[in-house]
Amino acid sequence: MSSVARFRDAVEDGRRVLHFEGDLTLPRLGVLPTRLDRLKGRGFLLDLSGVERMDTIGAWLVHRTARQRGGEIVGANDDQQVLLRQVAEADQPVKVHADQLPPYERVLGQLGSATVTAGRTMFGLLGFFGALLITFWKVAGHPRRFRVNAVVQRFEVVGVQALGIVGLMSLLVGIVIAEQGAVELQQFGAQVFTVNLIARASVKELGVLMTAIMVAGRSGSSFAAELGSMKLAEEVAAMRTIGVSPMEALVLPRVLSTVLLMPLLGFYAALAAILGGGIFCWLSLEIPPITFVQRIQEIVPRTDVWELLIKAPVFGLIIGMAGCFQGMQVESNAEEVGLRTTTAVVQAIFLVIVLDAFFAVFFTEIGWL
Amino acid sequence: MSTAPDLRRDHRANGTPEAEPEIVISIRGLSNSFGDQVVHEDLNLDVRRGEILGVVGGSGTGKSVLLRSIIGLQTPDSGEITVFGQQVIGRPDSELQPIRKRWGILFQGAALFSTLTVAENVQVPLREFYPRLSEKLLDEIASYKIVMVGLPADTGAKYPAELSGGMKKRAGIARALALDPELLFLDEPTAGLDPIGAAAFDNLIRDLSKRLGLTVFLITHDLDTLYSICDRVAVLADHKVVAVGTIPELLALDHEWIQEYFRGPRGRAAEEANEAAEDEAAAEIGTGGAER
Repeated sequence: MSSVARFRDAVEDGRRVLHFEGDLTLPRLGVLPTRLDRLKGRGFLLDLSGVERMDTIGAWLVHRTARQRGGEIVGANDDQQVLLRQVAEADQPVKVHADQLPPYERVLGQLGSATVTAGRTMFGLLGFFGALLITFWKVAGHPRRFRVNAVVQRFEVVGVQALGIVGLMSLLVGIVIAEQGAVELQQFGAQVFTVNLIARASVKELGVLMTAIMVAGRSGSSFAAELGSMKLAEEVAAMRTIGVSPMEALVLPRVLSTVLLMPLLGFYAALAAILGGGIFCWLSLEIPPITFVQRIQEIVPRTDVWELLIKAPVFGLIIGMAGCFQGMQVESNAEEVGLRTTTAVVQAIFLVIVLDAFFAVFFTEIGWL
Repeated sequence: MSTAPDLRRDHRANGTPEAEPEIVISIRGLSNSFGDQVVHEDLNLDVRRGEILGVVGGSGTGKSVLLRSIIGLQTPDSGEITVFGQQVIGRPDSELQPIRKRWGILFQGAALFSTLTVAENVQVPLREFYPRLSEKLLDEIASYKIVMVGLPADTGAKYPAELSGGMKKRAGIARALALDPELLFLDEPTAGLDPIGAAAFDNLIRDLSKRLGLTVFLITHDLDTLYSICDRVAVLADHKVVAVGTIPELLALDHEWIQEYFRGPRGRAAEEANEAAEDEAAAEIGTGGAER
């Protein structure tokens, strides 16, 4: 029967002998490695005659003990000698861990490389924008090269399939704004102005901003993951060698789809938010729908709608570009696809909000209050 | 149970041909299909202990599906598969774990975990099955496994993306051998390697299997591999294993695909190359040339 690996420590003829017994195999090692590590002294005789079975790990332990303690191996049968010879041949210094730096150097290094990466990304994104413009210009010169099908296909994924979630989300946001606004305004007896709050917030900011976040999460991420996987599978390289420009075939249709669909989705989201607010006003504040709609017409200036329609395609451009750019940066492995996808979404949302702030200041300055 | 190690030792030491060979993998009446497409129908195959069995077949004859069925990645429509005398189909994961400890698998693309270094890849099965091993011993095991499969010493700390195709496959073998398995599955090990790399890899497999007494189940398209390292070859065609045997035995059969496969220009070239290599080896032994 097979049994747990063990050894007996004895002194024979004035020399210390380790009699190994049982199975020197990985499943049966037990505490053998620890016991061997605790041994003190040198010049052992390692007796393997009591060993039933041995695998390379058992052979390694015996070999290592012999090497470190200046021991001698006796009593091994032919098979065991073969194994011992193999592990002895394979006993070479191997670099198992990457070199570790001291902590302060590592932190400084990480900080430095993060800064450099951030800078490179911004330049890269700028360069990508340039390449995109050039591609667009080229395609505009040869309209036949424009891939209408690719763009229209994206419309379904980016736009039509997003209608449900964007609509529902905006409807709920509309209700929340109305509810919170009504509570505050009630204190001044000005509940009727809840309508103003809903209408202007939805059209000017919330509709387009919430849509941008949703599109970044749904489509920006999928662009990055798609292109990243394609790069890993060398599809992009194959395309280049066939003479198809990846910018033209992959990036342009995707970016165009978000640019064209963001205004539509943003407007739709604004309407959904107003609808949500309207329902709340009707049910809770007893403002009838007719009155609500009339008030909306009076309250919302046309410039608000223009503002939405100007901001939305810019946000779409950013989302599409961030997604495609990060996807195209994938070089080596599957983990990178995940990282780049996350980065694409974070970058898109961050840039959208920064730009939104700029837009807000800008439109106020030009008098679109 | 206790007879298994003895048989193994006998087989290696004396190679007694009259003894009944122990069957490591036994497949009976295996059927696999995807929708209307039938892949296997009533397929039977035995793999003996200590042999290198090559599995060949045209594209789409279900070589990889067969492998996936044995290792439990694909549940067949019907049939029985036993590995080490134990049924593997339809068993819960927990009951398969002890069997998994005893086999190693090299996938076609090496399937190294891309977020881990080579050394960490080798340690994954060790950590999974033997969580009590010390870090020091884990590092040592990874080191000698890496050297054993012929990788340079600085490979341990590298990530798979930094390795060439041949090195990835070697690292894959190192991971497959991490637990000192008795059974090794190789899915097209030489695909995508240059002829020199492929020949070196063949040698590595033969060396390891002889030294460690491995049973090897090898799927391949590579005729050179078949000639130079396989003890027996199983031919998959018409949803079944149509023949199993040594290459001379197969050549004696009157099967259209087998004849075309081995008698085609590539088959003949591989045969000649193998004969030349054997002559050379014989000459070397004659002059007292040692094994490397």
